[in-house]
Amino acid sequence: MNLFVYIMSDINIVNAPPGIEGSGFFATSLDKVIGLARSHSLWPLPFATSCCGIEFMATMGSHYDFGRFGSERLSFSPRQADLLMVMGTIAKKMAPVLKQVYLQMAEPRWVMAVGACASSGGIFDTYSVLQGIDEIIPVDVYVPGCPPRPEAILDGFGKIQELVRNESSRRRNSDQYKEMLASYGIL
Amino acid sequence: MNNQPVYTDNDPQSELVTLNLGPTHPATHGVFQNVLQLDGERIVSGVSTIGYIHRAFEKIAEHRPFYQITPLTDRLNYCSSPINNMGWHMTVEKLLNIQTPKRVDYLRVIVMELSRIADHIICNTIIAQDTGATTTFLYLFQFREHIYEIFEEVCGARLTTNIGRIGGFERDFNDIAFAKINKFLKEFPVALKEFESLLNRNRIFIDRTAGVARVPAETALSYSWTGPLLRATGVDYDVRVSEPYSSYQDFDFEVPVGTSGDIYDRYLVRNEEMWQSVRLIEQALEKLKKEPAGIFHADVPDFYLPAKEEVYNNMEALIYHFKIVMGEIDAPKAEVYHAVEGGNGELGFYLINDGGRTPYRLHFRRPSFINYQMFAHMSEGMLLSDAIINMSSMNIIAGELDA
Amino acid sequence: MEESKNQELIQLLGNRFGEKITGINEPYGLLTFTTSKDVILDVLKFLKEDAAADFNFLTDITAVHYPEKKQAIAVVYHLHSMRNKVRTRVKVFIDEHHPTIPTATSLWKGANWMERETYDFFGVKFEGHPDLRRILNMDDLGVHPMLKQYPLEDPNRVDKKDEYFGR
Repeated sequence: MNLFVYIMSDINIVNAPPGIEGSGFFATSLDKVIGLARSHSLWPLPFATSCCGIEFMATMGSHYDFGRFGSERLSFSPRQADLLMVMGTIAKKMAPVLKQVYLQMAEPRWVMAVGACASSGGIFDTYSVLQGIDEIIPVDVYVPGCPPRPEAILDGFGKIQELVRNESSRRRNSDQYKEMLASYGIL
Repeated sequence: MNNQPVYTDNDPQSELVTLNLGPTHPATHGVFQNVLQLDGERIVSGVSTIGYIHRAFEKIAEHRPFYQITPLTDRLNYCSSPINNMGWHMTVEKLLNIQTPKRVDYLRVIVMELSRIADHIICNTIIAQDTGATTTFLYLFQFREHIYEIFEEVCGARLTTNIGRIGGFERDFNDIAFAKINKFLKEFPVALKEFESLLNRNRIFIDRTAGVARVPAETALSYSWTGPLLRATGVDYDVRVSEPYSSYQDFDFEVPVGTSGDIYDRYLVRNEEMWQSVRLIEQALEKLKKEPAGIFHADVPDFYLPAKEEVYNNMEALIYHFKIVMGEIDAPKAEVYHAVEGGNGELGFYLINDGGRTPYRLHFRRPSFINYQMFAHMSEGMLLSDAIINMSSMNIIAGELDA
Repeated sequence: MEESKNQELIQLLGNRFGEKITGINEPYGLLTFTTSKDVILDVLKFLKEDAAADFNFLTDITAVHYPEKKQAIAVVYHLHSMRNKVRTRVKVFIDEHHPTIPTATSLWKGANWMERETYDFFGVKFEGHPDLRRILNMDDLGVHPMLKQYPLEDPNRVDKKDEYFGR
């Protein structure tokens, strides 16, 4: 860590990944550097359908300031998004749309199910509501709550960051991952 | 709209472009789809598709006892849940002929007006956001946080509040809640004043909104519009005045109306309603001082869910608790319609009770659903960017739209 | 106040439609009456256009399903006279197997989506409706889910085993 910056400013900067340090050099693995960089520049795609979307607006607002975590830039285009945040009830009519959005995202992609409805259907155990988005797309982090407080959304985002930081760059090529995608009918 | 371009035959430019706006378009602030035929930037025709978060509220309501329907109403218009909650409570109270004490009514007025402010803040800041003024959104939106903090103090939840019970509130407001309300009343008018000074005479804002999406009063009435949208066209219909509920007749407030029904008028009407809401809350606080302290529900043990400590320690309360939770209350077999003035207009509850555990039929008259049907028709001949602001100014809440 | 207005209205309707108006009562002060589907459009038109009645505003259209009745579906109209500050509720009972009724879209444009919703939920076919399609549910749903015989939960669910729910 650059000591000079640290003294001159009260802005916390992220710690360096574990590695070997000596005078004039620092050695670590590429995976860790990439993970570090990715985890602090996630571009989320807010797929907000209902109540949780309003709490997401509060999270984006000045009070909770989602931008602090490297996600100032929301990507409404799935092509440039890293993280799909599904907030709100997904009805069966909406399910194909959600799946298409997921398919349009480029690897590596992460998915966060925010709120009870996206996680499990919530209180809406009805003929018209999808009982959790994990029926159609794989999910990395579930955030409970109906709706979750902004703190909970931020916590879930922290969990995603942790996943991103520690993910091996070869994971997406593994057989296990491919098998998992195939079980959702995604090739 | 006389500047429609004229094309000759075989002109390649005469071809219309089909634009699929939604269901996840970032500019629509909700999940609705509009398939628009565009001639350049001008909309020739449009077809709205809705139902993307249809959750079958009315079917669920037929399977839930009365007190369990409150959480459903939260999720109708989630920008102002307390109005929905209390509208439902008042519907059941009307069915059961329960007279609530004045203090309960005034407390309800405070909560309902706070949520009306929260609702209008969303709509007006989003209009500003869509016309390019992001500052106002970030600036006024934090006052929704303050309102949430008040709700949190009263009921423990922020957004989907489930506030109150049939017959009143589950607990009295504490001193912190009143302190927060007073603080809000001190700070909010300053911010609202500043918000208005940023927009009301702002050249860009007026150019983008004034004269856009004009609606004559007759058309609005024919399309069954209610709420701020109808009032912006000049019809002074407000359920709080025409059929006062929750002791609104005791209050002194004005119903703002517009003249032309355009987006600027809707914005002004909503802003003025926020001022009136502040007035109403101030009056309610004044009136509360004259009421005996400590009363926060009607004395109807048959229908009012008792406090948990009572249930654990008191035989009678346990029996009532059991009866209410099992849905074995003596409600008359009847049908009742009750309307409240929601954030978007007349929110009606049509309840048919057949004496069973659950309502036989519960229908919600949802203002967003009824207001939105004019959108595609209104958009014809409009510029695409104007249609976007028009949609924002209608404050369509997807949960209420699709039920 | 409200009672006298309701009495006037009953008088007006009786003079005009006579036998066709039945089942008049006033639950919670709201005048409710039943009529038949061959005159419903005339009744609505009369209520809207008559200067004394003056029901200029259509609040809502919905339906109720009573499986045990002979005429099993009730289509319910809520009308509102903003000037007189009075509401009324009009009911029409129709047959479950041939649920047809004339559309009110010629009187109020707002009736369009209300009728589409009623069609979607109950299968009531509004004759003369310009665009009678499903509105909230998916086009391929196949059933009209608010009818009492259809369950709330998705019958195709496999992850929810009855034994865990005591049934």
